[in-house]
Amino acid sequence: MDLVESYTQDLGFARKRITRALLALLLAVAAVFPWVAPDYMVFIATLVALYSIGVMGQNLLIGYTGQISFGQAGFLAIGAFSFGHFRIWGAPFLVALAGAGLLAALAGVIVGFPSLRLKGPYLSIATLGFGVAVYQMFVNWEVLSGGRSGLAIAKLKPMFGLSSTRYEYWVYMLLLAGFTLVTYNIISSFVGRAFVAIRDSDIAAEVNGVNLTRYKLLAFALSSFYAGVHGALYAQVLGHIEPQIFNVGESLTLFVAVIIGGVASIEGSILGAAFVMLVPKVFANFREMVPVVYGLAILLVLMFQPLGLFGLWLKTRLYFQLWPFR
Amino acid sequence: MDKLLQYSLTGLSAGSLYALVALGIVLIYRSTRVLNFAHGDVATLSTFVAFSLLSNSYSFPIAFLGSLVVGAAVGIVFYFTVLVRAQREGANLLGMVILTLGLALIIQGVVVYVWGAEPVSLPFPISDTKTYRLGAVVVSQLALATLAAGVVGSVLLYLLVQKTRLGLAMRATSENLMAAQTLGIPTRLVLSVSWGVASALGVVAGIFLAPALLLDPFFMLDPFLKGFAAAVLGGLNSLPGAVVGALILGVAESLTGAYFTIQFKNTLAFVIIIVVLLVRPEGLLGKEFKERV
Repeated sequence: MDLVESYTQDLGFARKRITRALLALLLAVAAVFPWVAPDYMVFIATLVALYSIGVMGQNLLIGYTGQISFGQAGFLAIGAFSFGHFRIWGAPFLVALAGAGLLAALAGVIVGFPSLRLKGPYLSIATLGFGVAVYQMFVNWEVLSGGRSGLAIAKLKPMFGLSSTRYEYWVYMLLLAGFTLVTYNIISSFVGRAFVAIRDSDIAAEVNGVNLTRYKLLAFALSSFYAGVHGALYAQVLGHIEPQIFNVGESLTLFVAVIIGGVASIEGSILGAAFVMLVPKVFANFREMVPVVYGLAILLVLMFQPLGLFGLWLKTRLYFQLWPFR
Repeated sequence: MDKLLQYSLTGLSAGSLYALVALGIVLIYRSTRVLNFAHGDVATLSTFVAFSLLSNSYSFPIAFLGSLVVGAAVGIVFYFTVLVRAQREGANLLGMVILTLGLALIIQGVVVYVWGAEPVSLPFPISDTKTYRLGAVVVSQLALATLAAGVVGSVLLYLLVQKTRLGLAMRATSENLMAAQTLGIPTRLVLSVSWGVASALGVVAGIFLAPALLLDPFFMLDPFLKGFAAAVLGGLNSLPGAVVGALILGVAESLTGAYFTIQFKNTLAFVIIIVVLLVRPEGLLGKEFKERV
């Protein structure tokens, strides 16, 4: 079935013909989507795309490196507000995006330092504290957050004669594709293997020559870079940001997305992002039920399907591969 | 000097509530190694139950007892129906922590659904406007009652853990689960008692916090984080540490608000914690934990 004969083959992106065919189909659907679906759906798909980037970053940290972080909203806020200021100072979109990501990554390295000494619950508290601290910093320092009225961000100017919703969708989908490709390469390289080794046992990893300091900090930097980009893209879509958006609940949502989508899987990150974006839309008339759905989903996933939505897909695929046997 | 005393006393009163929250967290952590993220939400739910009982003109003691029972019951039911099951399925520690997060989200949703998101005020028999003068220091009746609740709660827990057979079983179970099982201690029952007692402690904190804050579905989030922080400060596996950490945190917070800035009062708590963790990761009174591969 899936026999890998050499290391280069193992590094290959989509090894089998059917995978390539499915991937091409998926890309084609994504490309045609804005022309067949109503604008509202296209907007939601845009949100899913930007959320996927953040969830992927969070998954790199939680799923692959095994470091729990509840402070992701802090990185989102740093990314969003620095992006806003860069844009107001006149930086082009991509430059502002990169700047936001890098600033968030810098913050990630700073938060990463305690992670070298803290583990498990202690680390989650420290990162939670970081998230709250960043939130309050933006609430209290109006110079950073633009005061009570928040920060307004100019919309992207559509190019190629596309409507602004479609143009935004396209830009975000391309970014998502780029980030997905990069993440795949990270986790199938020695860096990804170092991350997984740290997750499974950091002492054993260190004994085997993984530089804990370097790789833990790298995991934090990468994950917060993704989060910064996520925050920036979110700010761009909303067109108006205030600190209240980036509260503890936002960190929890990202965390829930990782767990429900599937720990340590990239496809799962995208599925998880879609889940946390779609549930509030489906339950628009019962907003108070959204956390209940998240909570129940977590309980069900952990008790019956530890690999989340992606695990469900794996099981379905296996069923068809083995059919008529089971 | 008077200002210092005054604010220290306010801090001690707040700290004694943090202590109750922290004790609950520590009690669960040291017996099951699970960090209970639903601790604050269970307390919120029970405080709302007390609110409903009081609005239906039940007397305060009945409402208080009722909310304690509800809190303890939620803890015990969650332990038996979810955690034990998950353990049987081979869930790891991270998985169990995430399960408590799931419970927290469910309770949040239920509270908003049943009681709405509008803040309400809990009718409380002890007023916070009536004050007493002790020398140069002024204390409100509520602050005194809060302090008393903290002390009584801690002392009762101390007696339970140190002086009863049940407490002995609890200590044995948290020391070494396998050995305790071998010696015939019904560890599941003991652990479920730990969950119940811990949840009830959180409920007491919630009820005494409610008159000072307004009662809304998220009012326990902040005290819960502080309780967490206090538990980490004192050492997550030490019950006295939780009390010490909470009192230090309460006083430090109050003094910061008095002498520096009130805006960053909450942030500072976390800064202190992070610094303490960097210097002494096991907390002030916690035992150092050596990991083996």
